Amino acid sequence: MNRRMLIGWATAVVALGLTSAVYAEEPPIKIGMSMPQTGGLAGGGKPSLLGIQIWRDDVNAKGGLLGRKVELVVYDDKSSAAETPALYAKLIDVDKVDLLFAPYATVPTAPIMPLVKQRGLLLMGNFSFQVNSKIHHDMWFNNAPWGPADSWATGFLGLGQKAGGKSVALLSADQEFAQNLITTARDVAKKMGLNIVFDQSYPPSTAEFSGIIRALGAAKPDIVFVASYPPDSAGIMRAVNEIGVGDNVKIFGGAMVGLQFASVMENMGSLLNGVVNYNTWLPEPSMYFDGTKDFFEKYTKRAVEAKVDPLGYYIAPYGYAMGQMIEEAVNATKSLDQKTLAKYLRENTHKTIVGQISYAEDGEWKQSATLEAQFRGIKDKNMDQFRQAGKQVILFPANLKTGDLITPFEAAR
Amino acid sequence: MFSVDLLRDAVVLGLLLGCFYAAVSIGLSISFGLLDVPQVAHPAFLVLASYGVFWLNDRYDIDPLVAGLIITPLFFVLGVITYRIYHETFERRGSDAAVRGIAFFFGVAFIIEVLIILQFGVDQQSVTASYIGKAWRFGGMRIPLRQLVAFGVALALTGVLALYLSKTFMGRAIRAVAQDEEGLRLMGANPVRIKQFAFGIATAVLGLAGALLIIVAPVEPTLDRVYIGRTFCVVVMAGLGSISGTLLASIILGVAETIVLTMFGASWAPAISFTLLLAVLAVRPQGLLGR
Repeated sequence: MNRRMLIGWATAVVALGLTSAVYAEEPPIKIGMSMPQTGGLAGGGKPSLLGIQIWRDDVNAKGGLLGRKVELVVYDDKSSAAETPALYAKLIDVDKVDLLFAPYATVPTAPIMPLVKQRGLLLMGNFSFQVNSKIHHDMWFNNAPWGPADSWATGFLGLGQKAGGKSVALLSADQEFAQNLITTARDVAKKMGLNIVFDQSYPPSTAEFSGIIRALGAAKPDIVFVASYPPDSAGIMRAVNEIGVGDNVKIFGGAMVGLQFASVMENMGSLLNGVVNYNTWLPEPSMYFDGTKDFFEKYTKRAVEAKVDPLGYYIAPYGYAMGQMIEEAVNATKSLDQKTLAKYLRENTHKTIVGQISYAEDGEWKQSATLEAQFRGIKDKNMDQFRQAGKQVILFPANLKTGDLITPFEAAR
Repeated sequence: MFSVDLLRDAVVLGLLLGCFYAAVSIGLSISFGLLDVPQVAHPAFLVLASYGVFWLNDRYDIDPLVAGLIITPLFFVLGVITYRIYHETFERRGSDAAVRGIAFFFGVAFIIEVLIILQFGVDQQSVTASYIGKAWRFGGMRIPLRQLVAFGVALALTGVLALYLSKTFMGRAIRAVAQDEEGLRLMGANPVRIKQFAFGIATAVLGLAGALLIIVAPVEPTLDRVYIGRTFCVVVMAGLGSISGTLLASIILGVAETIVLTMFGASWAPAISFTLLLAVLAVRPQGLLGR
């Protein structure tokens, strides 16, 4: 090698080194969020966070966004609505994050909506229900497949009515999420001409549900729509099994949060049989899209170490999808400008591991993909059974359906 | 909607629920009612006991009630150690011990919650037993067996504790330390050791109470927050330190709550405990069976 060539190589190596150094010193893109990691919502918050972390690792393995690494800034909001406004103010003003993801669930998200609207910031919603219905923030995009507000109740009550139901009982937790749902269920029931024979909200501190279920059964409803939170759902199902809800009930369930979580399902086992409940992802043939299988392979391995829901069907893939949408928007617009990203998200259809997502004006999915599925053939203390197809048969929506309703409720048990 | 059947069911279910409330409150009746220790970590110890029962049931398939009995001596030791730390760091040092003690016990509750999360995760846990998820049919009624078990154990626990405190030498010493600590000291007894023993007993009963908690419903690490108001309400309404009063107050609370829940609407139920407390204190400031 002659001297000129040597100098040439040396210059190239130094230049490359300098370029790499410049690349390496590019500050990361910070995505800020609070997440319920303790408290009643932690059972959903932790898998959601793991889904987002898997996306972060995948995107960083591909070189990051705009050539910059993605970094997550995460605080525990303790499942408390009182904590989130201060945490998001800190994320915006002190941590100076580039983008915001909302915490899991309606209750911690609702109080930050005025803040993000006032600051004109893009917020990717994370499984909250109708938190933007009154705020009308045009830079809000929910990752949850709820779709139009009434689609949730329409699916369940429609199934009940098709099975011959004429009267309905409504039981709900006295919480923002459940109340939003039950309000739409009330309206949908009236529109469908169903007679509401029982309509009660129970406080979050309710320890025992036998009395409530006894009163509900006395009203002799054909359809029972329950909007409950995780600590209550198991209590309600136990009471239903012991006290009974009556032979005329054709369909029971609807919106019980908790019956999607592996530990709750494993603990309740055969008590779940016959219940028709909402879900977001299930291992049924109609639910696999590009990357879905890969994601669950990674999730299953990491869930054990992270001590989170071993199945992770309900929320985790949507955490990943939330990242995928941001990734797509940033790569397409080559920008981190909040308005530019919001415009892209609103005007395009996004390909994710949970299917294609396009948004309506209110930042919810244009078309609902909320599943109503019936538990069937569930045995006690067996987690792995929930990984099989056919254990939660999808009844609604039609494009994802994998079976028909077994009715009445007692026969399905 | 009113019907005699509904009212009958509400009274029976309320009676069972009340006895369960008595089981989870009775330890507090000793620690707070008799010993004047601001034991706000009581429900956290209760949840910890539930997780102990869960661990034994899940790992070794031990019946929850037997598991509760197994952890009872451990909880006695835990209670003794906790009281000793509280006494050395707060009680011995001055008149505002109670105020600072509240901070201490809140800290203990928080530590317990975090330890449970680290060890068991945030998910709900429950136990399996032949009497869980089944009901006993009696006439037109269906009574949950788990509630009947809680009822029986709570009555037995209350009876044993009431007898212990009234008939044994140590029991009478515990009552004496509650009434006149200085007098006991002048008689040559060591009130701190007696209080330490009593606090151990108050914590030990949580072994069984924790078993009942997880038998009645699944538990999660933050469940203590649901029970803190209810247990203190029961103890104050009962009359501080009254074991039979605790049972009576719990039954009144359970029956009233269930009747309201069944007949008038679930939203009103939380108001019941404190409305009853205020009503009782207005008529009898010393509580139902307090002196």
